[in-house]
Parts: sequence; structure tokens; C-alpha cells
Amino acid sequence: MEQVTQFITLDPQGIIGLFLVGFVGGLVSGFIGSGGAFVLTPAMMSMGVPGIVAVASNMCHKFPKAMVGAYKRAKFGQVDVKLGLIMGCSAEVGVLVGAQVQQNIKLAFGDVGSSLYVSVVFVVALAIVGTYVLRDAIKIHRAGDTRAEEVAGPLALKVRSINIPGTMVYFKSIDAKVSFLITIPMGFATGMLAATIAVGGFIGVPSMMYVLGVPSLMASATELVIAFVMGLGGSIKFALGGFVDIRLAMIILAGSLFGIQVGAIGTTYVRPYMIKVVMGVIMITVLFSRLFIIPVYMSQLGMIGTLDAGTAAMLKSVSFWIMVAALVLGAGFILRALWSGMREAAQAA
Amino acid sequence: MSSLSIRLTPQTLRTLALGALSLGLYILLFRFEAEVLAFSTGGGTAFIVPIVIAFVFSFVHGAFTSGFWDMLGLKAKTRKEPKRWSK
Repeated sequence: MEQVTQFITLDPQGIIGLFLVGFVGGLVSGFIGSGGAFVLTPAMMSMGVPGIVAVASNMCHKFPKAMVGAYKRAKFGQVDVKLGLIMGCSAEVGVLVGAQVQQNIKLAFGDVGSSLYVSVVFVVALAIVGTYVLRDAIKIHRAGDTRAEEVAGPLALKVRSINIPGTMVYFKSIDAKVSFLITIPMGFATGMLAATIAVGGFIGVPSMMYVLGVPSLMASATELVIAFVMGLGGSIKFALGGFVDIRLAMIILAGSLFGIQVGAIGTTYVRPYMIKVVMGVIMITVLFSRLFIIPVYMSQLGMIGTLDAGTAAMLKSVSFWIMVAALVLGAGFILRALWSGMREAAQAA
Repeated sequence: MSSLSIRLTPQTLRTLALGALSLGLYILLFRFEAEVLAFSTGGGTAFIVPIVIAFVFSFVHGAFTSGFWDMLGLKAKTRKEPKRWSK
């Protein structure tokens, strides 16, 4: 295969930056099952890494990170491996279809059209799911029953009552049988989102929680299995094309494996609803970041009036830093919850 | 964190050895970065190279980072299994 990829020369500043973003991304992933990837791709691109290499290298750090996180959380009894693998298979199909859709949009509307599509998906998906998750978390908080045992919602109970002979699979996370046909669209949507915005867990985790009734801690841990399956498949696909810059992937991995251990340990100290809090806060903050960038793409496509170069650069910069803030905010919530959980545990001992 | 004092237990020594091994792997990767990049980005069957590197680094560095936090006293509360939701 002809070598078409350009690989950048790494400087210490870039290495430290990627290590730190990797650490924070790992912390969030270890806690909510995904996250961090949406900052890493643009961060690498801002260092001069070509888009496809940034996506490929991001993917190649994701699957080993998810594997380590899943192993860690499996030791805490939080992973439903069967559910993760079944959803992971349909997610893999979703990734392939999502990548194809991206490619078709790029062919039809160019790079800007593709970026606009990604941003619109970001806003629509995060607005719907993020609002739902955050509202649920606020409801639990206001009700004052944050320590209460989670109960399956009406949708989950309805789904569990559906019996399709020959397709029923027992899942330990819910101690019930559910048709695997129901998990197919959930996994597919997770994969489609992962291929589009790099974080499939924003659909994967809430769908497990609300459609199947999987407890928050188990849903976020099981997402790591799905991320591993998706990440491995995606990495192989990109590596076949020679697009993986293994140096970038391993630098991010170096930081993210420190972070994922802390995030995973954090889940043993916090109340389960904190998963929803962190996920909802990150999703809504990221949503705002995209709102700033959409006018830039619309202007470039001629859909609105032309923005001057300075305004466009400022909006891009604001958008990027809000994404970074989303990650830091999520990490702050996790560390705070971990700290107070550890203090409570120490006082109780 | 229960304690920040670090004693040279077998577990600590294992963590330090894994840390040294992990560091060694990273030094090798960057010492031979041009060769590794050329070898791993050839496409086709060369796809296996970055995948194998990722697995090897994750096993070694993952085990090190786990032991690292443990060594500093950041341990999981319990190996609890979350309560299932009622059927």
C-alpha cells in the first residue's frame, strides 16, 4: 500500500499535553464508561496531525484503555460481559455504517459538510439524551434519596416483559431475560454515535440504564466492554490502511491508564446516581461547545452570511476550550465525589 | 488514602519492576520511532504491529498503574457487587 500518511514530529509540550488530556479522559472513562475521546481528536489535529490519523490513533488508545478499565471494574463485580459482547457486536456494525455515512457526506459536501453533520449529531444526541440523564439525576437529588437502591423504570419493565421465543438471553446485571433483538438497535446506535462523535457511551450507557434497567454502575462498567470491542475493530480497520500513529496512541494511553484506575476506584466510593450527574453535566457542556462551532461551518457552506476570519477563529477556539472544560468539569465532579466518599468511609471505619 | 508511607513489600517491588519495564518499553518505542512507524504503517498485514504494541503496553502499563495507586494508598472501598434492580 502506498504510504499516504504524514506523521508529525513530537515536541515535549505536545507529549505532556496529550498525556494530561489522556489522564483526564481516562479518569472520566473509568467512571462513566466513556468520554475524553471527543477532546483528543481535535487536540491532536490542532498539533498538526491529519484528521484520519488523529481519529485512528485515538481509536488505538481507546481499546486497550477500555480493556484495562473493564478488567478493573470486573474485579468489583460491575461488568456484565455477556451484555457487553452482545451489544459490542451490533455496535461494531454501527461503527462501520456510521463511518460509511460519514464518508458519503464527505464526498457529497466536502470536509465542512462532514464537520457540520458531526456537530449537528453532537447537538441533537446530547440535547435529547443529556437532558434526560441530567433531569433524572436532579430528580433523584431533589427527592433526597441518593442512597436509595435503584429501581427499574416503566420502560425497562415493559422491555423485560417482551418474550420473543428463541431470542431470550439471561443478563446477570438485571437478573432477567431480555430478547437480544432489543439490544441490537441499542448497540447499533452506540456504534453509529461512536463513529460520528467518538463517544458511543453517551447512547450506550443511558440505553442500558433506561431501556434494560441495568444499574448505573454496571451500565457504565459494561460500556467499557462495548468500547473495547468497537475500539479493537476500528483500530484494525484503520491499521489496515496504515493510519495509526502508534506513538500518539501510546502517549495518550500512558496518561489514560493512570486516570482509568482512579475513575474505576471512584465508582466503589460514590452513590450510583453520580454516574448520571457526571454524564449529564459533560453531555450538556459539550453540547454548548458545538453550538459555537456550527455557525462557522454554516458560514463556510454559504448557509448563512460570511463570518470574518477572526470571528471564525474565535468561535472555534471557544468551542474547543468548552470541550476541554467539559472534561475537566466531569473530572472535578468525580474527584470531589471520590474524596467525600473516602472521607465517609474513613469516618465509618 | 490510608497511608502515604511506602514500604518495600513484594507487591511494591512488583509495581516498581512493572514501572521500570513500562518505562523501558516507552524508551524503546521513541528510540526506534522512525523504524516502528515505518513498520507499523505499511498497511495490509502490518496492521498487526500497532495492535500488538497496544496490547503489550496495556498489559504492562495497566498493571503498573494499578499497583501505583495501590502503593500510594488509593484502594477500592470494597469489591462489592452492585445490587440488582428489582424485576
